[in-house]
Amino acid sequence: MARWAMVIDLDRCTACQACVVACQVENNVPPTGVGEAEKGRAISWLRVVPFVDEEAHGTRPPLRLTPLPCQHCDNPPCTKVCPVQATSIDDEGLVAQIYPRCIGCRYCTTACPYTVREFNWKRPEWPEPMEQGLSPDVSIRPKGVVEKCTFCHHRLQRARDRARAENRELQEGEYMPACVETCPSGAMAFGDWDDPRSEVSRLSQSPRAFHLMEELGTEPKVIYLSKGEWGGEV
Amino acid sequence: MEKSEASMQQDAVLLRPIEQTSWKFWVFIGILLAIWLWGMFAWLTQLRHGLEVTGLNVPVYWGLYITNFVFFIGISHAGTLISAILRLSHAEWRRPITRAAEVITVLVLFFGVGCVLLDLGRPDRALNVLKHPNFMSPLLWDVTSISIYLTASTVYLYLPLIPDIAILRDHMPKRRWFYRILSLGWTGSERQHRILEIAIATMAVLVIPIAVSVHTVVSWVFAMTVQPMWHSTIFGPYFVVGAIFSGIAAIIIAMAAIRKVYHLESYLKPIHFNNLGLLLLVMSLLWFYFTFAEFLTTYYGSEPSHMVVFLSKTEGEFAPYFWTMVVACVVIPLALLGNGRTRGTVWGTVVASVSVEIGMWLERFLIVIPSLSRPRLPFAAAHYSPSWVEWSLLASFVAMFIFLYAVFTKLFPIISIWEIREGRERSVLEVSRRVQSYLDSAVPPALDQKSS
Repeated sequence: MARWAMVIDLDRCTACQACVVACQVENNVPPTGVGEAEKGRAISWLRVVPFVDEEAHGTRPPLRLTPLPCQHCDNPPCTKVCPVQATSIDDEGLVAQIYPRCIGCRYCTTACPYTVREFNWKRPEWPEPMEQGLSPDVSIRPKGVVEKCTFCHHRLQRARDRARAENRELQEGEYMPACVETCPSGAMAFGDWDDPRSEVSRLSQSPRAFHLMEELGTEPKVIYLSKGEWGGEV
Repeated sequence: MEKSEASMQQDAVLLRPIEQTSWKFWVFIGILLAIWLWGMFAWLTQLRHGLEVTGLNVPVYWGLYITNFVFFIGISHAGTLISAILRLSHAEWRRPITRAAEVITVLVLFFGVGCVLLDLGRPDRALNVLKHPNFMSPLLWDVTSISIYLTASTVYLYLPLIPDIAILRDHMPKRRWFYRILSLGWTGSERQHRILEIAIATMAVLVIPIAVSVHTVVSWVFAMTVQPMWHSTIFGPYFVVGAIFSGIAAIIIAMAAIRKVYHLESYLKPIHFNNLGLLLLVMSLLWFYFTFAEFLTTYYGSEPSHMVVFLSKTEGEFAPYFWTMVVACVVIPLALLGNGRTRGTVWGTVVASVSVEIGMWLERFLIVIPSLSRPRLPFAAAHYSPSWVEWSLLASFVAMFIFLYAVFTKLFPIISIWEIREGRERSVLEVSRRVQSYLDSAVPPALDQKSS
């Protein structure tokens, strides 16, 4: 059984936001108007967020821009609080959301310390002709439910179907979320953390590796790499 | 029969609200219904557009609705819990108070539950809570606990109502069929009284742990997460204390209102307000103790993510609300209730109670919002201001609660007639016997003879 994990190398990341755009398109994330965005209701499964480095003092960039997807915690604080079992962690460590069951109580969004769960404040709409480019593999979420990064789970299903049709095992690199595939600076890697030969498990051994808010015991499966001090205030 | 007629005369004022209704009542009801209709319009707006019409945002996913939920459920501790404690401790002054208090509980619980339904993004799927329950979730503990509490406190309100409904059945010209059904064939026989007393006593015992569990699990909705200043071990008892605190204040306000409107001065005397005022004073001190302990512990631990929330309350964005809360929950009640001269008056306790309600609503607001608007990841910090929809729904819930309370007083006696009579006929003897039993055996024989 695989244990899917992502590596984000902050020393390579240029904060170009290509991953953000790729994610929006891949997952049918509706664009938010300016007005709604100003109210703080933009939906984004993957954000590039700024951490202010107050001790930089001109010696290094004062902002640390960090891509922040769902951390797919091994011990997720969100799944246990859901009253209707609409979110759960599967055998391969992916934290999933069942949109048709979610009652929209937003307990999971408040329980998540990473603020990466999104709520549909209104019915999603795409301006013409964007609606023609929607991905057929990803369902559109109705008004009033919570959604989140799935590590492009539909890509895993597709890759697995292909492998099964060809009567072989799933190969390393066959399943890759859209953000990782898109990253132009090669700052992101994805794979099976339990497979000692995978790139992800090799990179996770790096002395530069760390997790966000490790001290909370959430055991995230997103591994960040950074040389020297990073942010420092989280 | 003659005796009963005589005492009917004596307690006639208790039945008067049911017999006759003045035009003022209808005007009052009309105003309440207008506010309620406005709220329903706000609700329809929200149903049509979704939670977009609220002031909520990322990361302040919970706002006024959840604040009101905690507040209303807190108020619900007024009735059943206080009444059960007073009954079990044989506090004789409880007699004119218990029913007015129990009605608050039963009615306000519906509005507490209503707040959660308002907050759902998909209220149409609310039954998923029963179809796919996850008992790991504190929200499901709430569902369980509140349902049990609602059932138990409805039974607990109904049982002592039965003899009074029988009085209505026998004396009211109108709605006889209604009272006949509800009176369950009460004749007032010795046996019926015995069964009723056992039933009430049993419910009173059962209801106390249930009530405590209700506000404990409400607090656990917050405390079971890792969010700053929510993840606290004292939240259970802290919320229960706050609930009883705001609950007693609600009883005092309700009592003062029915006393004035229905001229019940000879039943609800300053001594009743004084005694409840004393309870309120004690709860104010207890609440202060918990709040102080909570904030001092956070301050000394000074974990950065907790301190951000802490400072936003004490000197930042929320400081005006925070210090108003401290004044309203501690300073004003202590000044008014610590002084025997103001505590012994109706206005003194009522002003203190209104102050406590404002303070406790702010307390709920200050628990829910600051922790959410200052999440661990600093980039996500945000401001929240409730929209007109949220305020309108709060107003309409309060109006609807008062409406239902008023309707109750028109259908049933708001002061328990049979318990008042029982008090008149039996209490003095009972209490003097009880006091005697506390004394050592070396009592003067003369006194001993008098009682037996």
